[in-house]
Amino acid sequence: MSSHFVEVQGLAKRYPAPGRGEPLTVFEDANFGIDKGEFVCIIGHSGCGKSTILNILAGLDEASDGVVVMNGREVAGPSLERGVVFQNYSLLPWRSTLRNITFAVQARWPRWSREEVNAHSLRFLELVGLKGVEQRKPSQLSGGMRQRVSIARAFATQPQLLLMDEPFGALDALTRGMIQEELIRIWEETHQTVFMITHDVDEAILLADRILLMTNGPQARVAESVQVAIPRPRQRTDIIHHPDYYRIRNHLVDFLVNRSKELSGSAAGAEAQVGRYPRIVDPTREPESAVADQETCRQAAM
Amino acid sequence: MIHSLKFRAAIVSVVLLALFLGIWEGLNAPPGDTEPLTEYEKLMGGASQEARVPQPSAVFSLALEELGNPFYDAGPNDKGIGIQLGYSLYRVLTGFFMAALVALPVGFLVGMSPLMQKALNPFIQVLKPISPLAWMPLALFIIKDSEASAIFVIFICSIWPMLINTAFGVSNVRQDWVNVARTHELGHLKTAFQVILPAAAPTILTGMRISIGIAWLVIVAAEMLVGGTGIGYYVWNEWNNLDLTSVIFSILMIGIVGMLLDAALASVNRLVEYQE
Ligand SMILES: Nc1ncnc2c1ncn2[C@@H]1O[C@H](COP(=O)(O)OP(=O)(O)OP(=O)(O)O)[C@@H](O)[C@H]1O
Ligand SMILES: [Mg+2]
Repeated sequence: MSSHFVEVQGLAKRYPAPGRGEPLTVFEDANFGIDKGEFVCIIGHSGCGKSTILNILAGLDEASDGVVVMNGREVAGPSLERGVVFQNYSLLPWRSTLRNITFAVQARWPRWSREEVNAHSLRFLELVGLKGVEQRKPSQLSGGMRQRVSIARAFATQPQLLLMDEPFGALDALTRGMIQEELIRIWEETHQTVFMITHDVDEAILLADRILLMTNGPQARVAESVQVAIPRPRQRTDIIHHPDYYRIRNHLVDFLVNRSKELSGSAAGAEAQVGRYPRIVDPTREPESAVADQETCRQAAM
Repeated sequence: MIHSLKFRAAIVSVVLLALFLGIWEGLNAPPGDTEPLTEYEKLMGGASQEARVPQPSAVFSLALEELGNPFYDAGPNDKGIGIQLGYSLYRVLTGFFMAALVALPVGFLVGMSPLMQKALNPFIQVLKPISPLAWMPLALFIIKDSEASAIFVIFICSIWPMLINTAFGVSNVRQDWVNVARTHELGHLKTAFQVILPAAAPTILTGMRISIGIAWLVIVAAEMLVGGTGIGYYVWNEWNNLDLTSVIFSILMIGIVGMLLDAALASVNRLVEYQE
């Protein structure tokens, strides 16, 4: 079990109910692993607990049950080894773009000289294509630029695990595509281990090695782990022509449209075995289900 | 004709001022003693001798005279306006900065700790509405020094807005920013100085601005009570001398100095302000 770089075992989050009722179980029995250098996306309907899982991985939130082990050590509290790109960027608005990055770099390497910190920070600003705006305040940047600063900040500290909560959720399609490509480029350079939440099926296929699928909450589960066996380097414009693309996509859409509901709640208990990893699925090797999947996809598209 | 809003506002201001001064001057012109005086009027000194509000022109010429030599000192009851204002400013600033020394750390603590917030809240709620002047007798009795008592009153009145705004600003720092500090493993001190203080600074400075405004209001009343020196004493003394021209002049000066104090803090506020 401990062969993975990150181990999530029996994770659950419950909130006490108002009054004396049953506690509300957001999700339970989440088990999965992340390997070093792997890019893992997680998809699920709103409210199923994705952000909660990410915050627990970050050490910002506490699980009601279960453990997260990274590199053989249990996660207890936030650490510089786990960088977070927050959904709303969370830049410090009183600091300039550059100072937002040096803030993180200084925290990471307190003994570095000012010059070293600046040079390192500038390098990462350049990496996300933001040279020339380093003196501007975040309020003077566009949403896409802010998100790039936030990504640069996370990459600059070179964490062992990068956690991203719907990093492109607030961006328009054009900007989103641009930053996705930038992210792929940076990821290919750094081979950073990434765990990312998204709502966007295409984004997940473009970026991920593996996609975790969550059933609907409450009592959500991580039900499947879908392999994305499309070779890299991937390109946004080319990937849709790959023969496996629609198979994977249909599988994901089918899950989100139909099965996430069917498998949700206590109904899942019968099928899922407690403490097990989610079923590993490679949609490209399941020819018999492909027809049905295409059917649902057409339905979903209508 | 397109003029900037600023320019047009300035014109309206000047017109209003001219109108106000003109009416004031006209209404209070001393009537000439043209008609023959009655027996009674002769006895009382005539209409021109009647006490009336001095005209702006009189105030203006006094202002020129006083401001030409603001720092003369001719005994305890005759000091220049600059000296009097200096005394008041000294008291206000001393009391204000002493209050800041207490209010900012305590406010920080209250804002950071829900426990301290709950524990200290009853005290703050009871102490806050007390008129600062109500402390004066107690202060005079305990401190036995009128100068220090005046400073104490300023201290007491400036402390509350600063304390409350600091606590409010600190406790309302966005959780996202605190999480940024946490994920970067910042210690308590670094979190306080690098994240919470800059995030709360505009709120804190608003509190300081309210405080210095109140302090400047209170010092006039306090000095009327304590006597001796200061702009409040000066106003009261000139009233006792029935020198209304000086009273009006000092009222104006109180307004102008208060405005400058506020402007000074406003410019500090601009330094720490940020846009989300
Ligand atoms: N303090 C709380 N008390 C009760 N329930 C809570 C509390 N905080 C969060 N929840 C519940 O936890 C669930 C999971 O929240 P979470 O933010 O993790 O969802 P999510 O999957 O990230 O959704 P989205 O895709 O919309 O961001 C939600 O259904 C929410 O109602
Ligand atoms: Mg979320």
